[in-house]
Amino acid sequence: MTTTNIKVTNILFSGVGGQGIILGSDIISLAAMYSGFDAKKSEIHGMSQRGGSVFSHVRYGNKVYSPVIPEGQADILVALEEMESLRWLEYVSPKTAVVYVKYRVLPANIEKYPEGIDAELRARFAKVVAVDPKELTQKIGNQKYLNVAILGVIAEMLEGITSDAWKSAITALVPKSTDAANLAAFEIGKQI
Amino acid sequence: MSGNEAFARGAYEAGATVGVGYPGTPSTEILENFKSYPGVYTEWSINEKTAMEVGIGAALAGARTIVTMKHVGLNVAADPLFTSAYIGVNAGLVIIVADDPDMHSSQNEQDSRHYAVAAKVPMLEPSDSQEAKEFILKAFELSEMFDTPVLVRGITRLSHGRSVATLSNPLTPVKPSGFVKNPKKYVMIPVYARARHVLVEKRLTALAEYAETCKLNHEEINNNKIGIITSGICYQYVKDSLPPTVSILKLGMVNPLPRKLITAFCTKMEKVFIVEELDPVVEQQIRAWGITNVVGKDMFPILGEYSPALVKQCVTGEKMPAKLQVSINIPPRPPQLCPGCPHRSVFTVLHELGLTVSGDIGCYTLGVLPPFNAMDTCIEMGASIGVAQGIEIVESRDKESGVVAVLGDSTFAHSGITGLVNAAYNKRHLLIIVLDNGTTAMTGLQPNPLSGTRIDGTETVAIDYHALGKAVGIGEGNVKIVGAYDMKTLKSVIQSLLATKKLALLVVKDPCMILKRKHAKHKDIKDAGKTI
Repeated sequence: MTTTNIKVTNILFSGVGGQGIILGSDIISLAAMYSGFDAKKSEIHGMSQRGGSVFSHVRYGNKVYSPVIPEGQADILVALEEMESLRWLEYVSPKTAVVYVKYRVLPANIEKYPEGIDAELRARFAKVVAVDPKELTQKIGNQKYLNVAILGVIAEMLEGITSDAWKSAITALVPKSTDAANLAAFEIGKQI
Repeated sequence: MSGNEAFARGAYEAGATVGVGYPGTPSTEILENFKSYPGVYTEWSINEKTAMEVGIGAALAGARTIVTMKHVGLNVAADPLFTSAYIGVNAGLVIIVADDPDMHSSQNEQDSRHYAVAAKVPMLEPSDSQEAKEFILKAFELSEMFDTPVLVRGITRLSHGRSVATLSNPLTPVKPSGFVKNPKKYVMIPVYARARHVLVEKRLTALAEYAETCKLNHEEINNNKIGIITSGICYQYVKDSLPPTVSILKLGMVNPLPRKLITAFCTKMEKVFIVEELDPVVEQQIRAWGITNVVGKDMFPILGEYSPALVKQCVTGEKMPAKLQVSINIPPRPPQLCPGCPHRSVFTVLHELGLTVSGDIGCYTLGVLPPFNAMDTCIEMGASIGVAQGIEIVESRDKESGVVAVLGDSTFAHSGITGLVNAAYNKRHLLIIVLDNGTTAMTGLQPNPLSGTRIDGTETVAIDYHALGKAVGIGEGNVKIVGAYDMKTLKSVIQSLLATKKLALLVVKDPCMILKRKHAKHKDIKDAGKTI
């Protein structure tokens, strides 16, 4: 077990079914485990994955009990879609750091995408990082590695996870042929 | 690893060599993981009842066996379960059933623990992946020690949660004895069954006695003011949210309950909170013993999932943190049929025709939502045909019934064929529409008896719709197979089949988009490096 004593860190992923939030949250849990922490996560499969709102909870620390983040205690919210950043408000607080991707998917049967989300986020939360997916994709070369690049963005906010653990977790979970590209994307994400 | 991976690993470590089941969220990945272990036989059975029967036979023949399903699947498998409790096992038989509180992907929120009580079989309930793995080994031991099938309960937050688990070396599977005849034990005619029922009751008493001291149930005594009786994932919520000064009785075995242990615990405590999601299964038994210093569903909700903050609020009165308020209204994003999904055109046509649509369980149940608004009932697997038949019987007394049954290929094989035979036998005039997308899509693309492959991808028979239609006496021309994307043809075929006023089977056949993408991906990989 690790020698670092940290409080349990809670990361809430939010997005639209099919965006790949499960890979991202798997990588963090594994990286935390490789760093000697206890880690748990919880997610939903099945019907909600069909283009609906999806979430994944990741928690790590010296000892983690609930796989679900207690209400109001998310330390970091990662939203892969813009309005999904405001979907799971029971888990966040003004102290939550928000990383969201400026990417919009209009829900079925809704005509107008809600405006003013960035301003709202900045008014409610102490720290907000908006990721421009086009810009980031240009830097990393391929949209496929975007989720791993976003992990790079939040890596700097996470305590106790070593860079070796990140590397091992990424290579363990991404397709073999994309190891190098994903690791490069992760490093680029860290610079943001 | 996920709870489902841990269940599979536990079965492998216990030396189980047979795994059978029917896909259902959140249980599906158990078999999908188990199949990759060496030396095991796995199958997707056509439904949970059949899976249970195959499991019973395999255990009788001497192989440690797991049977997997979701909570509602246990309804389907309840018949063999109840009597398998009478005949017992030979090698261990462990049934893993996964509940879905809050109905993330289910049509109801039933509590499987009732089945353990009703069928008089033991049930274990792990609280994390490590326990999921260990409890399977324990379940096999108990199954053989007490000669009984054993239920193990999963739930969404365990099955689809991940936590750290340590692997152990697998036991060497015992070489199966083969089936040894013993009619008094295995043939449940009343005269033999009466004798077996006596043993079932004795076994339950012995199991309850075992539960008093077994390590699956454990106490954490820290004070004598507040006691918590809990099990499964709720144990984690309790540990997360309550101060370490509370005392806890954690039940790893949720049926039968250790009466002496619970009574002594309650006697020691001023007040005992029973923290159990869904129904008051434990609470009612404790109250029936005359114990009164307990708090249960009078404080805790009977609906949905619990959470650390909710447990804290119910025990300490400390309010859950208020949901952060924002000034933007975020519209809901319900799941929907994929872009290009072959089901879309069918529901568009059904909506245009204004028919009564008796629906079923699958992705296509989303046909109820806008813009389709084209489903009128959905109850359980295979219900579409029977329910449509009932509606047709009554409506056709005085007018032409405009009811059709709509179900997917896997659901049709699961229990729709039974409905078809019933409709044919009773001379009903229904139109049954099978949406054949070549896979069991919603649970993650499992093959089924209409897709022509088995769980391991090997080829097998695919049921022939025309031959099936002929076998049940559907007239020539009233079994039709059409593609999904030509809406004009689709509409005219539906209209012409309805106009025959006879039993008709229409198969709308085009592959699931997700399956198509997966195949395309595999093709890319196969083609990589080729020079074209």
